[in-house]
Formats: sequence, structure tokens, C-alpha cells
Amino acid sequence: MDTMNQAPSVEEPLFDARGLVELDARVPKVSEIDGEKATFDARHLTTRRINLELRWLLYEQGVTDVTVFNPGAKHSLGAGILTRCKIHFDGSLGYFALGMIDGPEVHISGRVGWSACENMMSGVVIIDSNAGSLTGAAIRGGDLVVKGQVGARTGIDQKGGTIIALGSAGSMTGFMMQRGRQVICGDAGPGLGDSMYDGTIYVGGKVKSLGVDCVEGEWNDADTEFIERKFRIYGLGAPPQLQKFVCGKKLYNYDSLEPSERKLVL
Amino acid sequence: MCGIAGIIYKNGNGAHRIGRDMTSMLQSMKHRGPDSTGYALYHAPGHELVVRVKLADSTETRDLDFEDDVRRRRREVEARLRSAGADVKSTEDVNDYTFSATIDYHGDLKHLADYVESVSHAEVLSLGHSLEIVKDLGDAKTVSGSYGLDEYFGSHGIGHVRMATESDVDIANAHPYWAYPFSDVAVVHNGQLTNYHQWRRRLESRGHRFASMCDSEIIAVYLADRMANGDSLEDAMHHSLEDLDGVFTYICVSEDALGVAKDELAAKPLVLYEGDDMVALASEEMAIRAVIDHEIETYDPYESTVMVWTR
Repeated sequence: MDTMNQAPSVEEPLFDARGLVELDARVPKVSEIDGEKATFDARHLTTRRINLELRWLLYEQGVTDVTVFNPGAKHSLGAGILTRCKIHFDGSLGYFALGMIDGPEVHISGRVGWSACENMMSGVVIIDSNAGSLTGAAIRGGDLVVKGQVGARTGIDQKGGTIIALGSAGSMTGFMMQRGRQVICGDAGPGLGDSMYDGTIYVGGKVKSLGVDCVEGEWNDADTEFIERKFRIYGLGAPPQLQKFVCGKKLYNYDSLEPSERKLVL
Repeated sequence: MCGIAGIIYKNGNGAHRIGRDMTSMLQSMKHRGPDSTGYALYHAPGHELVVRVKLADSTETRDLDFEDDVRRRRREVEARLRSAGADVKSTEDVNDYTFSATIDYHGDLKHLADYVESVSHAEVLSLGHSLEIVKDLGDAKTVSGSYGLDEYFGSHGIGHVRMATESDVDIANAHPYWAYPFSDVAVVHNGQLTNYHQWRRRLESRGHRFASMCDSEIIAVYLADRMANGDSLEDAMHHSLEDLDGVFTYICVSEDALGVAKDELAAKPLVLYEGDDMVALASEEMAIRAVIDHEIETYDPYESTVMVWTR
């Protein structure tokens, strides 16, 4: 295989003097619209213009089902979509994809970079391949399903919702997790659930090490029902044998002392 | 922030447009570092050494004496190459403050580099049988255009776009860093090293020199020090995960290999594509897609990872 350099994969965007801020804010209006469905090719569009096209379709044209071809791993695509709709990205996305979304059902036929679905409020995101570090950071609701591996610090500061990874996860998975559930079907890296406050992490493979105040939890019928229901909904086959991990609640922040009382005790 | 990239063709016959590939990768990550851009490119190895010497910084004031000063420094450098025992086969002006010389030399590289760098303002950017380091201010298109890198053919290379944080915006603080005084080894880095001063003092006490105040230079010199004491590149990289403190991802290249190392927190990004005949890696997937025209499978290496590929 040789490389392709003849045509740029991204249009030459207009930048500010420092070369960092993309100035062109024209809506491309390049989609083929068929009733409530639309498609467009993002190959020669910049991040800002792809997102403008999505918003134009979803908020102004009454479209509810969009397919985006050739997203080219650009960053921040689909961020801040706050309406119920279906979006299919036919290819991989870059960093901070689908951040702060509230409602959409999204399918990505490829990989997603760091911080996918950060602060997602509700909706469903299915990623066919791998996802980078900080996947599902601070998500508050909805379901995020990654069919490949996920990177380090998956679900950091998670406040709700469900993250399912069919592959393995990197270090500090569930770091400072506060609520919600994670299902890691493969192995988990060092520091699993470090400093978690609440929530549940299920792991199918080996755990390299547990983080501070993360302990093995007792499996119950509700866990079985939850796991089987999620795997059935997303057609993930039979779930693997899983171990359950929860917060041990032994850290200082779980005592009953007020800060002033703690100072006296210490 | 900074962005790093690397590409190696496994059938490394030196016939690939490695300069153009690297420019495409780095330009697509321009937003990660607009201050300077650098390349370490590898052509088919020859018997002779290529030494690239910077005689002034691009930020140096262009006063009336500038051209005379640079000419004088160059004469002095060439004289020192010869008096150190190098047979200077040819020289080439790269621009008005950098030149390269092809030399036949079988002596101590550290002695040669130190002798050349004792000329005021002179810095050996790279020294090797196949390595050439190019770095300057501006984005990849600017630097590639100035140095004619679109026509550079080779087997592998690495690159860096820099957003300066802890040291000056100039060529001396731009990446890649040559692993002085080890020939054909260079490093690019994204991250921060928190035990920089400790390691700098330690390595200086062993006779190593530093050309900048940039923490990234530690990695290159550290690896060179380990390899000089018998480590392979891969072994040296494994040791670096224990010895270097901070958050980092770095890519290291030698005459026939390219490797990557990630710290134990995996706190700095890296996306990797491994094909049958090439490997490409970068801080962002966009950079890989800038040189590959079809859908590919990529992933993030995990924490404490060291991976090495050969051409």
C-alpha cells in the first residue's frame, strides 16, 4: 500500500491569525434530503461546518435521520445535539465526539478518539470499533456501547448512565465514578474504580489492580437482570461471566464528621 | 499540547516519499502546535555520515554583520571537521543559517560534535548515516517548503508540531532531538517530565551536553546514554518508563527502527495504525488519515507500553 497525498482530506479552512480558530461559519447545505432522512459527505468539510450542517438538518429542515459519510476522524463532531433523532457516522470520529448530547441515537461505523460522549445526558451511542481514553467521561445518562477496546480512565467522573465495552479497558477505569454502571467484558488495567464514590463496575476478564476504595461487590438478581437486558437490547450475544466491583466507602469522605470536627479528631 | 507523528514502511527500501507523508501528517495537527515544526527523516543508509549544523537561530537579529558572522562560523565548523579527522566529501547550504556536510569519519562522534559545537552559535542538529533532522519555526507546510521536504525519499521518519510551554520559541527548543552523541537516533515527545533537572544533572555529570532548556531533550540524551552502555533501543525505552517521571508519550527512531513509549498513566494521546507494510502513529487519528485513503482500524496503546517496529 502506498499513501495518498494528492488531495487534502480536509478543505483548507480559514483560520485566525494564530492559526487556531476556524472562522468559516457558513452552513454548507450540501445534504441530499428525502423527507425526514438526509445524507451528506463530510470529506471536504471542516469540523465547524459539519456540525452546522447537522444542526441545520435537525433543527431547521425537520430531518430526524442523518447519515454522515467520510467524517475522517475529525474532532467534536455531533457535539451538543439536544434533540431525539438518529445519526449514523459512516467512518471514524476524532476527539470529543458527541459531547453533551441529550437524546440522539447514534451509530458510528468506526473508531472514536478521546472523550467520546463527554457529559452525555441521554440517548444511545453505539461504536463499532475501539474508543480512546476518557470514553464516557462524566456521562449523566444514556447508554454508550463500544464493541472494541476502550482506553484509560473510561467513565471518569461518571454520574449516571451505562458504558459497555466488549473489549478491554485501560488504567483507572471508573476513576472518581459517582453513579451509573460500567460493563467491561475484557480485562481492566491498573487502578480500577480508584476513588469511586458510588456506582457499579462489572469486569469479565482480569483486573490488573483495584484502585483506592474499590472492592468486590456481592452479585444479586438485579445485576443479572440488568446485564441480560442490556445485552439483549443491543444484540451483544450472551454476556460473559462478570465480576462486580463497587465502592468500599472507607475513605475519609464517608465518615459522619463535619470538616471542623474532622480537624479536631485529626 | 504539541503533536507527534511517526511513520515507518516495513519494506524499508528508502523509496517512499517520507517527507511529503510527514508534512501531511503534521499539517493536519497544526492546531496542536503552531510555534515550530520538526522532522527526523531517514533515507537509505550510506557509508558516509551526514552532519547537519545550525549556525544561527532563525530568531537571531539580522543586523549588518549577520551574513559575515554566519560565513565565519561555517568556515570555522568546516575547519574543525577536517582537523578532527573527518574527510569532508561535500557540503550543501540548507538555508542561510543551516548547512549539511557529508563526511567520512571513523572517530569518536562525541568528540566531533563537541568540537564543532565549541564554535560560537553552532549546534549539531543531527549526525548519522541515514538521519537528517530539519526543524524551524512555523507550520509543516512552511518548513517543508523552505527545506524542500516534499522531495525527500526514505523509509521512516518522525515529526513534531510544538506549542511552546516551558521554554523559548526557537529552533534550539524545537523537536526532534538528536540523541547526542549517538548517531542516527532521534526523539519527539508530547508531555511533561517532572524529574528533568535531576536527570539533567545526572547526565551532565556523565559528560553529556544539552542544547536547550526543553525537558524533551532529556529523553534523547537518556536513551543515548543507555545505548552507549549496551542497551538496545527497546531495552532503553523500557527503562525510561521507570526512570522518567511525568506524563509523556514519545516516539524514538533509529537507523532501522521506530518505537513508541507511553507513561504509566497513559495521560498523553497516541493513535496507532498497523498495516501489513507500514505503521503510522500520531497524537490524533486525523494525521494518520491524512496519508491513508481507505477505512482503517486504529487503537490507543495502553499505559506503560513500549512498541518497536523495524523497516
